[in-house]
Amino acid sequence: MEHYNMNLTVKVWRQKNSRAQGNFENYSVKNISSEMSFLEMIDVLNEELIVEGKEPIAFDHDCREGICGQCSMYINGKPHGPWQANTTCQLHMRAFKDGDTIVVEPWRSAAFPVIKDLMVDRSAFDRIVQAGGFISVNTGNAVDGNSLPINKDAADASFAAAMCIGCGACVAACKNSSAMLFLSAKVAHLALLPQGEPERKSRVMNMVAQMDKEGFGACTNTGACEATCPKEISISNIARLNHEYLRASLTAEK
Amino acid sequence: MGLTGISLVLFLIVHAGINACVFADLADPGENGEMFNKAAHFMGSTVLIRITEIGLFAGIILHIVQGLLLTAENKKRRNVGYAVPYTAGSKWYSRSMGLLGTLILLFLVLHLYHFWASARFTGRGLEPVTYNGVEMHNMFGLMKATFSEWWVVIVYALGCLSLYYHLAHGFQSAFKTLGVHNKRYNAMLSSLGYGFSAVITIVFILMPLSFVLGWVG
Repeated sequence: MEHYNMNLTVKVWRQKNSRAQGNFENYSVKNISSEMSFLEMIDVLNEELIVEGKEPIAFDHDCREGICGQCSMYINGKPHGPWQANTTCQLHMRAFKDGDTIVVEPWRSAAFPVIKDLMVDRSAFDRIVQAGGFISVNTGNAVDGNSLPINKDAADASFAAAMCIGCGACVAACKNSSAMLFLSAKVAHLALLPQGEPERKSRVMNMVAQMDKEGFGACTNTGACEATCPKEISISNIARLNHEYLRASLTAEK
Repeated sequence: MGLTGISLVLFLIVHAGINACVFADLADPGENGEMFNKAAHFMGSTVLIRITEIGLFAGIILHIVQGLLLTAENKKRRNVGYAVPYTAGSKWYSRSMGLLGTLILLFLVLHLYHFWASARFTGRGLEPVTYNGVEMHNMFGLMKATFSEWWVVIVYALGCLSLYYHLAHGFQSAFKTLGVHNKRYNAMLSSLGYGFSAVITIVFILMPLSFVLGWVG
């Protein structure tokens, strides 16, 4: 792939803290290599801001290899930027051309309040997982891996759901700020496996209750979540979640 | 939303089926709406159907109330909007169900005034007609009079078009809400949804169009 350098205008949301009024600031960055990642471009911009004595842009990032779910920028009208099945950290500057203006916003949802600039508080997801996204296993010797037969199709579907990295792009993309794709991935991941069976009904009831408490919107099946998910979690998981919830509501012991 | 939606889909099938009787006039030009008037009379005079009608209204009202509440609640979930909205990942009509539903509701008020209120209460524009000694409303005549004006036909066509887009999303979405997650069935229901929406819309739009163009009546 041909390498090139570019000059860009980056329009970034700046907000001092969760209570402050935010606004967009324009920055120009020069000589950005097409081989840089998007976060490296922000790093370059931040270094310049620090040299100028200005406050650098706060943003979440950790592994920078597309598996941790920390990076969370809404770039040019799409969570994680223009590429498909991709995280912000894996977005490379070759996605842009010289002279482009790039608009960078934080995830927008009442359940994800802005902490600072592009960082949002996604602890609502942690509380949803704490409400039921686990299995209870007694301590002791590890069981032989092959002693528990699991249907191959179910194992594959469970693994596909387990790919969710909890980044919150689904919430950011959804016009209702619904967390149903995230929740459905967590529920489907465990509901499909024998290990998840003992807590299957209470899990879905408790996790849905927690999701509602956190202030996410309701799903209307628009499909925006699936289209933007960096891990391509299928929206069919949401229908599976609805099925699990209906089943649990009708047949739960209490 | 899904459950009430599906019940209304069932109603649309009956509604389109009964109304399609006006096209009997095409095959037999002297027919003058006899089949349709008889069908409408049967629907209006059968006790069981009148009881079902109460259920239908309950379904419509529930669907409207649920829809308005859902739209209002969901709107509150993002207090600061995006400078650049995300539109590529979903269809415009999937995102506009509240708006499309409101347009259909507005159309429904006019539609109920034109026909349902007239047949049940006001008798506005209705002539009696007698077949085999049974006197009944000439609903066919009322349709002909109502659809003699182009603006009414255009409003009806726009109402039906809103219904098309509402159904194009709603039909397949309803089954997902009810938990259908079998990939083959979902694909089937999605195609069926688009087909159903198109057929229902075309049948409904053809009625006022046929009257105003003089194809029937």
